[in-house]
Amino acid sequence: MPTRVLVPSGVLGLGFDRTALARGVAMRPDIIAIDGGSTDSGPFSLGAGQSKYARAATKSEWRDLMLARATAGVPLVIGTAGTCGADATVDWMFDITVELARELGQTLRIARLYSSQSPDTVTTALAQGQITPLSPAPEISAETLASMTNIVALAGAEQMQAALQTGADIVIAGRTTDTATIAALPLLRGDHPGGAWHGAKIAECGALCSTNPTSGVIVVDFDETGFTVEAMHETALCTPHSVSAHMLYENTDPFILYEPGGHLDVTRARYTALDARRVRVEGSEWVPGRYTVKLEGARIAGYQTTILAILRGQHYASHAREWVAKLTTFLADTISRRMDLAPDSYALDFRLIGVDGALGGLENREGSPVEVGVLGIVTAPTQAIAAEIGKLINPFVLHYPLTENEELPTFAFPYSPATTDRGALYEFALNHVMELADPMSAFRLTVTEVGA
Amino acid sequence: MKTLGQQVLKVRSKNAGPFWVTIDIFCGTAQAYAAILPRLHTAVVARLYGTPEQLVKRFDIADLYVIKFSIPRPVVQGSAADRDMHGAQWAHLLDEMLL
Repeated sequence: MPTRVLVPSGVLGLGFDRTALARGVAMRPDIIAIDGGSTDSGPFSLGAGQSKYARAATKSEWRDLMLARATAGVPLVIGTAGTCGADATVDWMFDITVELARELGQTLRIARLYSSQSPDTVTTALAQGQITPLSPAPEISAETLASMTNIVALAGAEQMQAALQTGADIVIAGRTTDTATIAALPLLRGDHPGGAWHGAKIAECGALCSTNPTSGVIVVDFDETGFTVEAMHETALCTPHSVSAHMLYENTDPFILYEPGGHLDVTRARYTALDARRVRVEGSEWVPGRYTVKLEGARIAGYQTTILAILRGQHYASHAREWVAKLTTFLADTISRRMDLAPDSYALDFRLIGVDGALGGLENREGSPVEVGVLGIVTAPTQAIAAEIGKLINPFVLHYPLTENEELPTFAFPYSPATTDRGALYEFALNHVMELADPMSAFRLTVTEVGA
Repeated sequence: MKTLGQQVLKVRSKNAGPFWVTIDIFCGTAQAYAAILPRLHTAVVARLYGTPEQLVKRFDIADLYVIKFSIPRPVVQGSAADRDMHGAQWAHLLDEMLL
């Protein structure tokens, strides 16, 4: 059965064009699907179990989508709610939804799909040989798994289908693959599996597959042989080039995409312009395989304190590398003497902004910067130790001379105190897949009636 | 000699998950693609990023006039030694490379 999916944007919180959304709703979609997350901003969101987007931004966009759902009379689903899709961010999104239902006077059935995994479950699976590392993968053990603050499994189409089959008006899903929320309904209705996954991949970043990437809204029509994609903003055109080029985006392999239960192969896909706005795609293949779900986990790798100084004098700006090398040696000695800290129990890293701040050792250009920013990053086992090291190095970062026989310099500190406690540093600690006998065995569904 | 960036439409890089960076060279035209393809060696790109050549994945995509390289991140995204959370600065090295 043909299935029309409306995708308002690549992620909730980044904005979409309201006129384009209205146009999409007028096309009578069968479902509205949006992604709520990504690992793109780093491990903090998963580590701390928090959304990276402001609650206010999320709520105002979700309000528009809840109104669009009421008008269209079809399910609204969000995958990877609250950036990381941990149970805590699913409940955060649920709270926003309940608040909006009350404000809008809507009566709703809301399904929550939870993706968080307990370290015990994963440890058991590891012992039973059901965990396979991807490349490259961090080493894991019962101990490292127990140290993770959050572990999530990426749900696929099957879990989203189970959520839809509860008859929910709104599905708030924890971590899912970027594509699963879009592919679930077309697959459930028997549309072409290769087309369903490929169309979902093309649509997962909203209008990024068009000539006007920030306009957000697109509509994908799935059927028994493939899919057709169209952007809803007047000036956003989908062309065979813009659509096929999207397979490159954030993918290591532009032809193969792994999903729970198999992989998509687009090597033989054909992209045809139906007119100036719409592209038809056929020939994508779904290759069934083992039923595995990818795992993501984060843990605390220390606590940080930072300090920023600016070297403006030309003598120092042009000798910044030499200065920071001498300072580093001096401080290692000072920290070890005054704090009795072994060198391997903390890290002090100076980044030279204006020299090689972004690329470090890979940088191959040199210039004559007007000024150099010196960003000192202390990483230590506790915040108290990191803060103490920050205070200890503070006067030297301000005044350390390049040579012994020169007057003490004073560099620019942009604020007081010069040090900033950053809190926990999280790190991604899993790049593995977990085999499941039953797709739902690692996920949980809760259905709640709200309003009325 | 010109930089690669002067001969193509765009070079961009981005994380592909926390453990990989992927770099896309959009040549723009069939002519530019044909001119660059035989001169851009994987070994040179591997050296530019300090990565063993056998770990570099390369895709020559004639339909799009694109050459794509995927490289395991030497430091995992967001770990203490990471300097570029989204991996977008990697493109500049290739963009500025003389070819």
